[in-house]
Amino acid sequence: MYRFILKRLGLLIPTLLGVITLVFFMLALSPGEPARVILGERANKEAVEKMNAELGLDKPMHVQYVIYLKKVVQLDFGKSIKTGQSVIDEIKARFPATIELAIFSMILASVLGIFVGVISATKRYSFWDYASMFGALFGVSMPVFWLGLVLIIIFSVNLNLLPTGGRMDIRYYFTPITNFYILDGIIHIFKTGDPKVLGSALTHLILPAVTLGTIPLAIIARITRSSMLEVLKQDYIKTARATGMSERKVIFKYALRNALLPVITVIGLQFGMLLAGAILTETIFAWPGIGKWLYHAIESRDFPAVQGGIIVISTCFVVINLFVDLLYSVINPKIRTE
Amino acid sequence: MNPIKIFKAGNDAESRAAESIWYENWLLLKKNRSAMFGLYIIIFFLFLAVFASIVAPFDPYLQNIDLRKMTYFSWPYILGTDDFGRDILSRIIYGSRISLVIGFFAVSISLVFGSLIGLISGFYGGWFDRIAMRVIDIMLAFPYILLTIVIVALLGPTLLNAMIAIGIARLPQYTRIMRASVLAEKEAEYVEAERSLGVGNMELMFMSILPNCLAPIIVQATLGVGSAIIESAALSFLGLGAQPPTPEWGLMIASAREFVSNAWWIVTFPGIAIVLVVLGFNLLGDGIRDVLDPRLKD
Repeated sequence: MYRFILKRLGLLIPTLLGVITLVFFMLALSPGEPARVILGERANKEAVEKMNAELGLDKPMHVQYVIYLKKVVQLDFGKSIKTGQSVIDEIKARFPATIELAIFSMILASVLGIFVGVISATKRYSFWDYASMFGALFGVSMPVFWLGLVLIIIFSVNLNLLPTGGRMDIRYYFTPITNFYILDGIIHIFKTGDPKVLGSALTHLILPAVTLGTIPLAIIARITRSSMLEVLKQDYIKTARATGMSERKVIFKYALRNALLPVITVIGLQFGMLLAGAILTETIFAWPGIGKWLYHAIESRDFPAVQGGIIVISTCFVVINLFVDLLYSVINPKIRTE
Repeated sequence: MNPIKIFKAGNDAESRAAESIWYENWLLLKKNRSAMFGLYIIIFFLFLAVFASIVAPFDPYLQNIDLRKMTYFSWPYILGTDDFGRDILSRIIYGSRISLVIGFFAVSISLVFGSLIGLISGFYGGWFDRIAMRVIDIMLAFPYILLTIVIVALLGPTLLNAMIAIGIARLPQYTRIMRASVLAEKEAEYVEAERSLGVGNMELMFMSILPNCLAPIIVQATLGVGSAIIESAALSFLGLGAQPPTPEWGLMIASAREFVSNAWWIVTFPGIAIVLVVLGFNLLGDGIRDVLDPRLKD
């Protein structure tokens, strides 16, 4: 077991090194000079050269690469060209928003997805089965950004129930402590007894979480159903039924536990995807997370910010995937020997 | 056992057998009602795309300034007009051209190059395999949405670059699937037999092994067209794909964003078009998978 973990961890380092290298060269070789972005199109040649020297862009490519690598290892991604702030600080300030959104989307998707999947599998070929599987297929066929806008049209514009964007009503002045607004809202209740902050944070979270969670929900429902059907065919389920156990007990105590193995993997992989997939959702709902920030950085060719953002997101993605792999091998020992 | 395994190009008798396998698969697929429904949707949109100039009631670029901007369901504008007084139905019909071309083109890139790399990797192994797999691992370390956006941002925001970016970002999946199938197929007895008969590597690789590895790739490609259409719409939505005034579905949704509060139809209808096409490819893809790989049924 330990050897397996070590082997997987060993593979992590070259992959991350590859990611950093690829990101560095992709951006270094791309058209568009950062100095021009800072100084404007009409800057004279001397000023551009001076700025290049300041940014270290006058050195040969391989020297720049080594310098960059050394800095990245110390989590120093340089300063944002647009704002002049340290890139890692900007990322730190925005990551909680993205993680909060991803966690709530994933809870929603997992709970509902497993529920729908189990119902579908146990009532196979019933109306509910067809309806939910068609719904799931519909879910994976939907563009996220369109779903977000349709939800805004229905729930914000017409029903006036939920806010169109942002994380918090601007009327509430409060100082975020954790930057996870749900947590902050709870802390706020303990401090002042005022539930408005938590309420506002929750209502702002609903639409983006539903939007972001729809595709994972559909995928989880489909996987749960097929995994459940597979398990229900097994002999031990027949045996369990033969003992006269109630159907509910057979399904929840025996079948579901085994059927959840592949579902857990999918949940993990989808969670990793969400961290990056939030770009569209965050843009639509003006959610101040890392996706929206990264998108604006790409748009304004803010190289240090783009490099830092991609490296951080990809690292999280790789680490989550690794974690899922390891978790799966813990619950399913067959994998380790393969 | 997978019925397609029997398919192998060779002499006449064999190719007739192969034909009948494809025919049998088609018969199986025909029985699958949801797959056929998907196919009809695709044919319908293909028809719209090919005959757009005949079917569409208006020129998609024609602005009607006289008209009150953004009308809603009024004859002859069945689905209403957008903020420039352009007919939305016509723009959706012309948009099907763009979306289908992008879908097929992007998938062709990943299909051709991805499969080729996977085929060579799996067949020869060695240094090529090691390097290719390392690169693929690194590409898979990026969430592909992010990878697509970065590639297109570097190449410049045009429709062609969006297609290329989607094609490249999805390539690793095809390589992996192809490599895995080739590795399994390489050990089969017929390969050994042909090798002992002096069949060359190229012929073995492309004529014998490749046809037997196509099943999972075909499934992946069919489902891939749908996701490529969604992704290209997303890129256009972000301003990284088609540029105005192109009647591209994602772009139509993006340009209607500011009107969500008073003109819901401009956002809604292009989105429904996307959902329908993608649903068509997903239904067909699921059906093909059931036929080609019965183990995965349910």
